[in-house]
Amino acid sequence: MATAKKTAHFPIFDKDAPPSPRAQPAKELAKKLTEAYGPSGHEQAVRELLREEIKGAVDELRVDALGNLIARKKGAGPTPRKKIMLAAHMDEIGVIVTHVDEKGFLRFAPIGGVRPLTLTGQRCRFANGVIGVFGIEKKDASNTEIKMERLFIDVGATSASDTPVGVGDAASFWRDYVDLGDRIVAKALDDRIGCVVLVETLKQLKKSPHDVFFVFTVQEEVGLRGAGTSAFGVQPDLALAVDVTDTGDTPESNTLAVALGKGPAIKVKDSGMLAHPAVKNLLVQAAEDAKIPYQREVIVGITTDAAAMQTTREGVLTGVVSIPTRYMHTPSEMADFADAQNAVKLLTTLLSKPIKLD
Amino acid sequence: MLLEKLSNARGVSGNEGEVREILLGAIKDHVDEYRVDALGNLIAHKRATGARPERRRATRPPFKVMLAAHMDEVGLMIVHHESNGHLCFAKVGGIDDRVLLSKVVLIGKDSIPGVIGVKPIHLLKPEERKQVIDAESLFIDIGAKSKEDAERAVRLGDYATFATEFAPMGAGLVKGKALDDRAGCAALVEILKRAYPFDVYGVFTAQEEVGGRGARVAAYAIEPQCAFALEGTICDDTPKNKDLSPVTRLGAGPAITFADNSLLSDRRLVNLLVETAKENRIPYQFRQLTTGGSDAGRVAITKEGVPAVSVAVPARYIHSPVSVLNKQDFENLVALMTKTLPKLAKGLPPF
Repeated sequence: MATAKKTAHFPIFDKDAPPSPRAQPAKELAKKLTEAYGPSGHEQAVRELLREEIKGAVDELRVDALGNLIARKKGAGPTPRKKIMLAAHMDEIGVIVTHVDEKGFLRFAPIGGVRPLTLTGQRCRFANGVIGVFGIEKKDASNTEIKMERLFIDVGATSASDTPVGVGDAASFWRDYVDLGDRIVAKALDDRIGCVVLVETLKQLKKSPHDVFFVFTVQEEVGLRGAGTSAFGVQPDLALAVDVTDTGDTPESNTLAVALGKGPAIKVKDSGMLAHPAVKNLLVQAAEDAKIPYQREVIVGITTDAAAMQTTREGVLTGVVSIPTRYMHTPSEMADFADAQNAVKLLTTLLSKPIKLD
Repeated sequence: MLLEKLSNARGVSGNEGEVREILLGAIKDHVDEYRVDALGNLIAHKRATGARPERRRATRPPFKVMLAAHMDEVGLMIVHHESNGHLCFAKVGGIDDRVLLSKVVLIGKDSIPGVIGVKPIHLLKPEERKQVIDAESLFIDIGAKSKEDAERAVRLGDYATFATEFAPMGAGLVKGKALDDRAGCAALVEILKRAYPFDVYGVFTAQEEVGGRGARVAAYAIEPQCAFALEGTICDDTPKNKDLSPVTRLGAGPAITFADNSLLSDRRLVNLLVETAKENRIPYQFRQLTTGGSDAGRVAITKEGVPAVSVAVPARYIHSPVSVLNKQDFENLVALMTKTLPKLAKGLPPF
């Protein structure tokens, strides 16, 4: 797209430049958050990590009825101040046990968009720390035909009675965070990287004329449920989701003008929402003014919390800042950390100034 | 028996009046007030009685619990009169086309009998015997001689229900249509006969089978602090050649949902139900499936969100002309709920 030419003026990442003083602590937070257990509906561990991380830096902090963590940072400007909501979801995709057979093998159902192709040979972890391996039935089908109903989880049990987990227990993928330098690999970058961006924005935003609500949402992966209810409570004048998006920069990938390392993507459209043009323009303007690299994103097949926030109450002006991420919804998602840092820069730039919304 | 009356009553989504009248009669002496809202939900309110929670502050909203059971059933709607007097129909709610063949139905408020006609086996070619006939190519025969004759008897938009009579069978089982969710309705009536130390809203909802529409608006009006959907749910306990989930088993107790397409149940409520069942030696099971949905899912995302869970009487063959349940499961659902609810007097523990 046209933006590719524009962004070429900006240093995308300068290998010789000293690392940002915030890069290391932010990466440590990314490691902590991505390695935490938090399939949809089970966001407790992630919420506690985030609560610890931000509690000294906000004016109000509460957990709502569905488990959304809502932090408010009061603005310095004259009242009435605009209410701006930033949302990143705490939950990740996972699986949930539906049946324990006589020999202690677990049958399961997906939580969110899990593809069976990404599972065989992978490991998962339950809330109580039990690790399981995804196995596949060998009989009556070719090895290339991988359907969810042919898969099972093996936790090393020998019978139903010595199985350390049971029906209704949820598991997330189990993978360590890996720092490849510019790029990082982890499970659940979707959307813990968004959570990192929110925490960093919260800490770096020194003075804002707005009341900014940093909302860490629940149950995004199963239907944007936390975003809708938290936005109903916050009643924002402007809402921005910070979430990951797919890329078109891997061999033979689908046509998609989003790539790692070219800056945060400013959403124009996805399958669930059309970003309000004024909001999209605000973000583009902020990026241009501060010389932050950015990309424009038009994507099909996915959506974010923004779709739910946009249609809350009487409707909300809504947009999305996306972190390009490869291998989404697999145990090894990859992002460029500079994109996350530039997203923080973009948001702090935007939030530091008065915003005209009409 | 109330369940029998409810099962035989006709109430496809959007046309719950007959069921509502029966329920109104059954609850009116046991609740403080009731109303029928704009979508046809019957909302019964039972005020808190007995020892109120001591530490309740005036500034806090009163603790309100919503119990929902849907009045509507899946069925058919007449959409066209054919020139020969046959009626074309559309399905309302999820029905497998294969269960429609050669069923007797009752149409409209006058309960006009009709038959979903099928060619006899003698006329079928061998390959036709293996085919599934989709609902669009089926028709209802009401014995009309002409289009005009059919138009006099049945209007476009009239609802049709399966003509199934409720009856006991086997050891403690019953068969009937619409046990999803007349079983939940009958259980809710029993639950509303008890007193609770907080406000209870018993909601008999409309239009669940077409998307939880009644529950959504009822929860919007009530603003409950937590919610239970009482359901009739899937049971697949016939023996299989593979060790897979039976979803639920008849006679194994009420089934607690941990997740479905519409809801991730609040785990505090799931745990409360499980603990209560264990303490009181009430059998319980989990609904070992994550597809399907219930009113609880719609209530959960209302306004600022509502912790919710779904608990159900297992019923075989639901969404067909006849389903089967075990009366013991029904009794145990009532027992589990009436033992669990008083524990909410102190509210829900924090996350």
